[in-house]
Amino acid sequence: MGLFSLFQRHRTFDHGIYPVEHKELTADKPIRRLPFAPELVIPLAQHKGAPAVPLVKVGQEVVRGEPIARAEGFVSVPMHAPATGVIRAIALAPSADGPKTQAIYLKVYHAASQEVLYDLDRDLDAMTPAQIVAAVQDAGLVGLGGGAFPSHVKMQPPAGKVIETVIVNGCECEPYLTCDHRIMLEQSEALIRGIKLALKATGAKRAIIGVEDNKLDAVAHLRAVIPKDLPITAEAVETKYPQGAEKMLIKSLLRKEVPVGGLPADIGVAVYNVGTLAQMGDLLPQGRGLIERVVTVSGPAVSNPGNFMVPIGTPLRFLLGQVGLAEDRVGEVILGGPMMGMAVASLDVPVTKAVSGVVALEREDPDLDRRKVYPCIKCAECLKACPVSLNPSMLGELALARQYDRMAEEFNLDQCFECGCCAYVCPSNIPLTQYFRIAKSINRDRHA
Amino acid sequence: MPKPIEIRTSPHLKRALSVDRIMRNVVFALLPICAFAVFQFGLSALLLILTTTGAAIATEWFFARASGRGNTVSDWSVVITGILLALTLPPGFPLWMAAVAAFVGVALGKALFGGLGYNVMNPALVGRAFVQAAFPVAITTWTPAFAPGRFTEVIPSTFTLPFMQPIPVSEWVAGLQLDAWTGATPLAMQKFQQIEPSVTDVFTGMIAGSAGETSALLILVCGLWLAFKRMLDWRIPVAVMAGAALTALPFWLLDSSLYPSPWFVLFSGGLMLGAWFMASDMVASPVTTSGVVIYGLFIGILTVVIRLFGGLVEGVMYAILLANAAGPLISSWTQPRVYGAVKKTRETE
Repeated sequence: MGLFSLFQRHRTFDHGIYPVEHKELTADKPIRRLPFAPELVIPLAQHKGAPAVPLVKVGQEVVRGEPIARAEGFVSVPMHAPATGVIRAIALAPSADGPKTQAIYLKVYHAASQEVLYDLDRDLDAMTPAQIVAAVQDAGLVGLGGGAFPSHVKMQPPAGKVIETVIVNGCECEPYLTCDHRIMLEQSEALIRGIKLALKATGAKRAIIGVEDNKLDAVAHLRAVIPKDLPITAEAVETKYPQGAEKMLIKSLLRKEVPVGGLPADIGVAVYNVGTLAQMGDLLPQGRGLIERVVTVSGPAVSNPGNFMVPIGTPLRFLLGQVGLAEDRVGEVILGGPMMGMAVASLDVPVTKAVSGVVALEREDPDLDRRKVYPCIKCAECLKACPVSLNPSMLGELALARQYDRMAEEFNLDQCFECGCCAYVCPSNIPLTQYFRIAKSINRDRHA
Repeated sequence: MPKPIEIRTSPHLKRALSVDRIMRNVVFALLPICAFAVFQFGLSALLLILTTTGAAIATEWFFARASGRGNTVSDWSVVITGILLALTLPPGFPLWMAAVAAFVGVALGKALFGGLGYNVMNPALVGRAFVQAAFPVAITTWTPAFAPGRFTEVIPSTFTLPFMQPIPVSEWVAGLQLDAWTGATPLAMQKFQQIEPSVTDVFTGMIAGSAGETSALLILVCGLWLAFKRMLDWRIPVAVMAGAALTALPFWLLDSSLYPSPWFVLFSGGLMLGAWFMASDMVASPVTTSGVVIYGLFIGILTVVIRLFGGLVEGVMYAILLANAAGPLISSWTQPRVYGAVKKTRETE
């Protein structure tokens, strides 16, 4: 250590950027609970795949933890009541994505104890891999890092593929977010139980927890608590955005690349977020469902930032009201992190399973004029930032020329996962990421 | 009543570096070189720099207005063009010719293509190439450095009337009564008389030459500062210098009485200024990492080939212009390998 640690660099991927982290606002704030909102709004489509189908009727009373919607097919998950109360309506509700979607409105009984009284007793050790996969689906678990892909689907690799390594993603590369950091420190027991379940269900031989080296306390803690007889290791990787992107973390830890158009399963890997596995380890022993999650509420327009255990369906207006929102200064309110997150149009949008953070930024100084757009000066900063080694400069020119097919066929547009690095570094302030989003959606419509 | 929340697209964070700041910093990096030019050649150099910069700005302003692109002078890129152009001209170059060079450079080299970002070649060099062809005598008329009285009187050719040929300066130079003045730059002395001046003098700039190309040392320092600020891709000047030195080396080893040493090749003429401030022009160089290395090596090799075997004394300008033209091709040859790209095997074909 000492002088040597200056030269020692942790494992990493090519390119990427170093945005200001702002994690000090909440990194040492333990996970706390907040009061229940008077009414929760639980969208039926909070995950990738088919929306859930309601099991309850308007006027029906539900107990916290009780299933209120069932999964529709394999790539879908059920919903559970995040609080004890009564179903007020099943109607359209605003969503972060834009269009209103069907949701269950649950009026919370504030006099109720809110104890979860919906238990099954399970012997985890006796469960077969297939039973674990079914139990994960019953728990309503999805990727809590933001992807919201049903977790049980990733446990069943396509025919002919063998999962050898489970990668546990504790990078949390988005600025401001610290919920995964706190989970690794405070919920390590549940996390390890979850990793064991994932190892058993996938048949993988080992698990690696990848953590950015701005959270070395979490690495040290995990190394101390992981039982020596388990094939689980915790590794530090360089703090660099987007280290937490599945493909980048695989490259950093295993020096392998997911083939173009393929899945991590093609190279024997399954990646889970630490929050997902901690919930898995917490919920499965008692057969409970996912009803709450850890959310970092932060940003310069928040007066008491922190990490909170938030019931699914809590409207942002209520959540931000609890932490003190500076209404005169607030500009954007972002679900997720500021690099890839979505700015909401309304504070009536609820927290869903995919929401890892709520970041309230300040209104921009209009005098700064920093969004003045210049022509591309071919400075090549975007090429040096793109983690999948695309040529965003060329793609941007083609987008302006509306040559969307050429973008896909010659310049690998479909490999772009919209991490935002190119637009972040662009000195001409060209909204490259937005161009690519539009080009991809036009291509989808054309070839649909 | 509080204002409604804002909606923008991700990423919601943005690095503060912008085009005008990069360009302004390039201008700052050029200022010490300008100061040395004025110190060395006096009032004439100052007037030359002001003339080309002023003419370049006026041209940019006119064409941007005429084509409805608004005020593009504020991005500062045209200031770089103006200053660089002056630095490549002989200090006593007639001002009206310098203004023509600036006009042609910005109009034909930049505005015609659509302004900043769309030009294929470096506008300053386009302007210089034009006057090299149009006024071959004036552009090879050199005056001594550190002439006495350079801060009080101008070189006679500076104030030549428009559309007139310049007054010969030989009489004026003779009046200065300098002992060692031969009227040639170190490059020409080496090429035609096989007299290689001291590398130290060439490196520090105690010699005759174009207004801003004489001090290799100063250009190196200013260029390094810009490279450290990450506003200049260091690979380009390094590749140019490597290409030039490695091409010159075998010839020098073969016959050091006839061919210049690699050190002399590096530090003489416009190579340093060209490598650090003109080849590195972001707009006119390739975008890929391996592409800029090929591009830089090409400039270095071509410069030495022109110097040693061409009719011209100096080859940096044409080498850069040719490499600029080849830039898009080099870029398309060297597209980056995408993450996860699989080589086609016989099975997948």
